[in-house]
Amino acid sequence: MENTLHITEELRTTFGEGTIIDQPTCDAIPTVWVPWNRVTEILTYLKTKTDNPYRMLFDLTAIDERVRSHRQGQPESDFTVLYHLLSYDRNEDIRIKVALRGEYPSLPSVTKIWPSASWYEREVWDMFGITFDGHPHLTRILMPPTWKGHPLRKEHPARATEMGPFQLPGEKEDVEQRALQFRPEEWGMKRRHEDTDFLFLNLGPQHPGTHGLLRVILELDGEEIVDAVLDIGYHHRAAEKMGERQSWHTFIPYTDRIDYMGGVMNNLPYVLAVEKLAGIEVPARAKVIRVMMAEFFRIVSHLVWYGTFAQDVGALSPVFYTFNDRERIFSLMEAVCGGRMHPAWFRIGGVAQDLPRGWDKMVQDFLDYLPSRLKEYDKIVMQNRIFKARTMGIGSYTLDEAMEWGVTGPGLRACGFEWDFRKKRPYSGYDQFEFDIPAAQHGDCYDRGVVRIEEMRQSLRIIEQCLKNMPSGPYKSDHQLATPPLKERTMHDIETLITHFLNVSWGPVIPPGEAAFAIEATKGNNGYYLVSDGSTVPYRVRIRTPSFPHLQMVPHISRGFMVPDLLAILGSIDYVLADVDR
Amino acid sequence: MTNDIIWKLIIVFGVLFVTLNVAAGLIWLERRLLALWQDRYGPNRVGPFGLLQVLADMVKVFTKEDWIPPFADKPVFIIAPAIIVVTIITAFAVIPFAPGVEIVDLNIGLLFFLAMSSLGVYSVALGGWSSASKYSLLGGLRAAAQMLSYEVFMGLSLMGVVMLAGSFNLTDIVNAQKGLWFCIPQFLGLVVFFIAGIAETHRLPFDLPEAESELVAGFHSEYSGMKFGMFFVGEYLGITLVSALIVTLFFGGWMGPALPPIVWFTIKTFFFIGLFILLRASLPRPRYDQLMSYGWKVMLPLALLNLLVTGGIILATGR
Repeated sequence: MENTLHITEELRTTFGEGTIIDQPTCDAIPTVWVPWNRVTEILTYLKTKTDNPYRMLFDLTAIDERVRSHRQGQPESDFTVLYHLLSYDRNEDIRIKVALRGEYPSLPSVTKIWPSASWYEREVWDMFGITFDGHPHLTRILMPPTWKGHPLRKEHPARATEMGPFQLPGEKEDVEQRALQFRPEEWGMKRRHEDTDFLFLNLGPQHPGTHGLLRVILELDGEEIVDAVLDIGYHHRAAEKMGERQSWHTFIPYTDRIDYMGGVMNNLPYVLAVEKLAGIEVPARAKVIRVMMAEFFRIVSHLVWYGTFAQDVGALSPVFYTFNDRERIFSLMEAVCGGRMHPAWFRIGGVAQDLPRGWDKMVQDFLDYLPSRLKEYDKIVMQNRIFKARTMGIGSYTLDEAMEWGVTGPGLRACGFEWDFRKKRPYSGYDQFEFDIPAAQHGDCYDRGVVRIEEMRQSLRIIEQCLKNMPSGPYKSDHQLATPPLKERTMHDIETLITHFLNVSWGPVIPPGEAAFAIEATKGNNGYYLVSDGSTVPYRVRIRTPSFPHLQMVPHISRGFMVPDLLAILGSIDYVLADVDR
Repeated sequence: MTNDIIWKLIIVFGVLFVTLNVAAGLIWLERRLLALWQDRYGPNRVGPFGLLQVLADMVKVFTKEDWIPPFADKPVFIIAPAIIVVTIITAFAVIPFAPGVEIVDLNIGLLFFLAMSSLGVYSVALGGWSSASKYSLLGGLRAAAQMLSYEVFMGLSLMGVVMLAGSFNLTDIVNAQKGLWFCIPQFLGLVVFFIAGIAETHRLPFDLPEAESELVAGFHSEYSGMKFGMFFVGEYLGITLVSALIVTLFFGGWMGPALPPIVWFTIKTFFFIGLFILLRASLPRPRYDQLMSYGWKVMLPLALLNLLVTGGIILATGR
């Protein structure tokens, strides 16, 4: 709390009393409103001049405020642009909000301060129609270039039924295809240099090495990468827009599909944010169950990464081994949740059900099974000389670069920085567990792998502790907003029956407010920023995913390498296109 | 005289029949073996042990639309896949499968094989070039560079064998191994030849011209139907050829106790085919420049060293 007062006070004394307006939020992250014309100045100050600076741009997004109720104490605004910064030195966040008036407002770009702001600003422009002056390439990023309208504006329809049937006649197809044609000049790229003609290679959107629908346009000199442009959005499913029409409870299954390798790990930041808004305290058993399931999915995700990474480097077999191991976890998931890849099993206030009889045996079996397999993979993958030659020193970045570009998770720890939300800001009872934060030194493809493999071992440690110390007690809170309420009581007293009926038919009404929650997800920091205006549906759901900034960095770290290196880099980053495009 | 001609014809068509069938059967064998090593089943539905999968695949590949991209260089595009099959099958002509069971007893048999395998490069390079697609082009470029440079010491690695046997004739070479198989005195040559052989047939870990995780399908990205099938079968023919040559040159060809010569030859050849497949199941792929520097900086000196030492020993012992 001391720091909190400190930073807003500091801003106030530096920039003048009238410029900084405080806003209380549910998550206790200091939130201040600043005028649009001073935003670059203030952000530069926060990033470079203040003591223990806010080095990382954690998130940059916007809110369409035009139809929002319950905005007491906040400045008038049609559109609010929001900068979420993170300071590693303070272990503190700050949220800077900028109130904008008018239908299609504009404000200065911050791409000069953070290179990672580029994609975020493009996304805000794409989704809200807010212009960022001075942005080098403000074009659509998630929507097709021919799209009309800006989807996250409240007047934009959210359902297909509101839009008329989709048709693709010949002329329209031609227009769409022309729009997708790559023109190097638009990106400041040259077609030739001195006596070299560059080859422009479209890698994707359909390509076996890109792990999904990703288009990388490469400017090649022979096989050497001169420059690259990433085209994303092929996997965009409007998750944030859907959040604005689903009830708080029914949005949970959508979160599963954000990082589709992460299963219930995706539920966690969402339910934690909702619980913060609603003020729900989760019982101990539910917390430990959540931790155990989330760690299982960390292993699932890392196993898929392990196999596919090896495959990207040309080894055919490991992917089959790791997928087999993953199947074992899925059988366990099936026994516990009923679902496999996307169990959607966490609930507001707890988890869906108690653990089934015999779960402990299954967990123990897996704990006995995996370590020897991991040892074997070390031999066939990590210790292989060809593999080392392909990954060591490839696609490396320094810790400074990682912070500049918003890298989180294993990618950050591979630069030798032991930063893990589970340790630094323990959530869901992680402070009760004993585990280490693996880190490596060089920040290259190989080291990113080393970190992930060690993380699997640490996850096993955590799961073992869950198994040994599973608390007894309820698996869901008895808070009135816990959804759905504990079923056992609904048939016995009328109050719970009514709540149950309302919470299931309409969904719970979450009190107005704003809360963000970020966790150490499989691929980095996954955060949900929720705005409630006291309704059964969120007013705004912002999903901050790790893969988005990680992917943005790819051209930066692949210049000067060769085409096969690019595939190694893509493999080592461990992104999921659904996590990028949402 | 007529008996001789009939006998020759039987051998010619026998070899053609057997090699083509072995190549097709290898598709099944490789898939089953890979599956075994990768903890899965592989094709096991069509016929006993999935053996008829090959037949099903053939029906499929023959009935597929044989599409030539409009932007391709049509004549070259059509000829390219034929080259690899023709050259490799021709190279089989000089291999002695058993005493007397060979198509031609050529006194420059080994050179003939090297010539044919060099011609095979054209197939891949031209296929990649004529497709007029960027992935194919990159694949074709890689193939040309890789196969040409590995060709150099593939030839050199065999010179030790030639020195020991005193002949380019493959039958003579086999006969020269009566006391001791050349895999022992020519171990270095064997290693170099085996690696060069993998590179020649562009199999993992040297499958850079195709490199499906990088170049989609490399030089044959644009090929479909039976033209793709020819590349596919060509690859397996290549594996069979290189395995047969390793057996002939280093492992005493048809020689072995008890069993008939042709059986020994087959057993040995399939052992090396299996090794090819095992390698594919276990190794990742080096990068293009790593492959080249490995070739020129490690394999070439090794091959020369082998040549020097063998020459020295022959000179010293006076044979």
